[in-house]
Amino acid sequence: MADKISLGYTHLSGCTGCTVALADNYAGLLTLLDKYVDLKYMPTLADARHVQKVDVSFVEGSVCINDKLAVEELKETREKSTIVVALGGCACYGNITRFSRGGQQNQPGHEAFLPIGDLIKVDVYIPGCAPTPQMIRNVAVMAYLLLKGTKEQKDLATAFLKPLMTMAQGCEACSCDIMTTVINQGLCMGCGTCAASCPVNAITMEYGKPQLERDLCIKCGACVAQCPRSWFSFDVVENYEAINEAIMAALQ
Amino acid sequence: MGAELGKYKSVVSARSTDKELLKYAQDGGIVSQLFAFALDEGIIDGAIVAASKEFAAKNPSKVIIDSTNFDMIEPWRPIPAIVSTKAELLAAAGTKYNICPNVALLKEATRSFGLDKIGIVGTPCQMQAVRKAQLYPIGMRDVGASIALAVGIFCMENFPYQGILQLVEDHAAMKLESVKKMEIGKGKFWVYGKRGQVVQLPLKATHKYEQPGCHVCLDYVSNLGDISTGSVGSPDGWSTVFVRSKIGDSVWAKAMAAGVFETQPMEKVKPGLELVSKLANEKITKNRATLEARKTFGVGKALRNPYI
Repeated sequence: MADKISLGYTHLSGCTGCTVALADNYAGLLTLLDKYVDLKYMPTLADARHVQKVDVSFVEGSVCINDKLAVEELKETREKSTIVVALGGCACYGNITRFSRGGQQNQPGHEAFLPIGDLIKVDVYIPGCAPTPQMIRNVAVMAYLLLKGTKEQKDLATAFLKPLMTMAQGCEACSCDIMTTVINQGLCMGCGTCAASCPVNAITMEYGKPQLERDLCIKCGACVAQCPRSWFSFDVVENYEAINEAIMAALQ
Repeated sequence: MGAELGKYKSVVSARSTDKELLKYAQDGGIVSQLFAFALDEGIIDGAIVAASKEFAAKNPSKVIIDSTNFDMIEPWRPIPAIVSTKAELLAAAGTKYNICPNVALLKEATRSFGLDKIGIVGTPCQMQAVRKAQLYPIGMRDVGASIALAVGIFCMENFPYQGILQLVEDHAAMKLESVKKMEIGKGKFWVYGKRGQVVQLPLKATHKYEQPGCHVCLDYVSNLGDISTGSVGSPDGWSTVFVRSKIGDSVWAKAMAAGVFETQPMEKVKPGLELVSKLANEKITKNRATLEARKTFGVGKALRNPYI
């Protein structure tokens, strides 16, 4: 189909959990591939594995700067893609690979891992470990509307994606971001969203405020990204009904 | 009256027709009755509500307690709980006037509690959290589509637990364990004792105990709830009800058809929608000024604005 967008998937130092999350859209993924997305290359799910020229690239995993091939693939991904999406905590913020100090078989020299945004410009961030199938789906539909939609759809997609474009800037993706960017700024109202979002239960609510167990935190960035007081767009969220309906209709 | 009341399909003054339920409820029993009806009809299979220690003691499988020492949990400290019967719902009914992180249970509701159709009640900010989680489900896998009924409550501001403690035990000179009900209305903070004593505090005394995070909130009437409700605008014992979304409209229509609510047209009741509008504008104006002041809070340095 001519008006499909082309998609690539570059897999760096990630555990394939993001790939699984994408696949966990089940029939939704098939609809996406049928109607909107031409999957050009992707380890695991496509025959072609090497980076090609595409509209949108998903990058899973952080980049190991001791791994020449990974660095080259990442740079090539940037050169050949209109939009680069950092998919998942590792690509966005380093996530669990932030704790790596090398010395593991069979590549003991691979010890230094960076979020991909430290080496290339990233357009959209999807944090979380793993990112959720629904978030990947929503971003995929919005990316399609941004590139192929009507003027109105482009505006909606721009408004929707805007907060995801600036997300990782100035952010450690640690539960301490909840402290520094929300509580310390006098913005926390104790809704409990951060505690619900945490994949490792590092956050509990004590007397209506988050209590962070920093030793448990894997730095995936879900808590602060999900927090309604980290960023909140009235323009987008007030139209939640229409947007949800549009996304569901797109996947019929 | 305009944007301050949010988008809504209809607004009425209502109360539950269940006399037993009204004994437990804060005003018109709207939240309790809506959830009781939705549970009966299978619209939801459980609801996240603000319960108490007594509830948690009787229903330990309905809550997640993180505190190591259960005995240390104080009276009137709200505990988010999942209720699935009318009896549990009534055991948790009534406004607690301090922070209850209901959204903290939202994901777990679909996991260990096994709910497919969740009801949730919350303040305007919690409704914002729920809708953001549906549109941007960054850390909320398989949650969004399970939210079957979100009921928002009117909220001027909330208090941390220690704020309520200060107000009741210091200002009102009552022990929290002897308090039967708290209420904000007619420009006062009311504390009702179990032995019948009533203490009223001027609202002015409560301001310093408000949660600071509330001062940037621009929503008074839960614009993002499927249905939102509060006592303001309606006569004593009644509640004002905004029906906002398609889900809200469908549930409300079914509830009306089943006769679980009696209603009066909003235009016929006193003090009416004008008061809701007035208070909403007061809150929004005050908090917009706070947001504005944050821009120049330091010397050439701003505090962060959460709204983009």
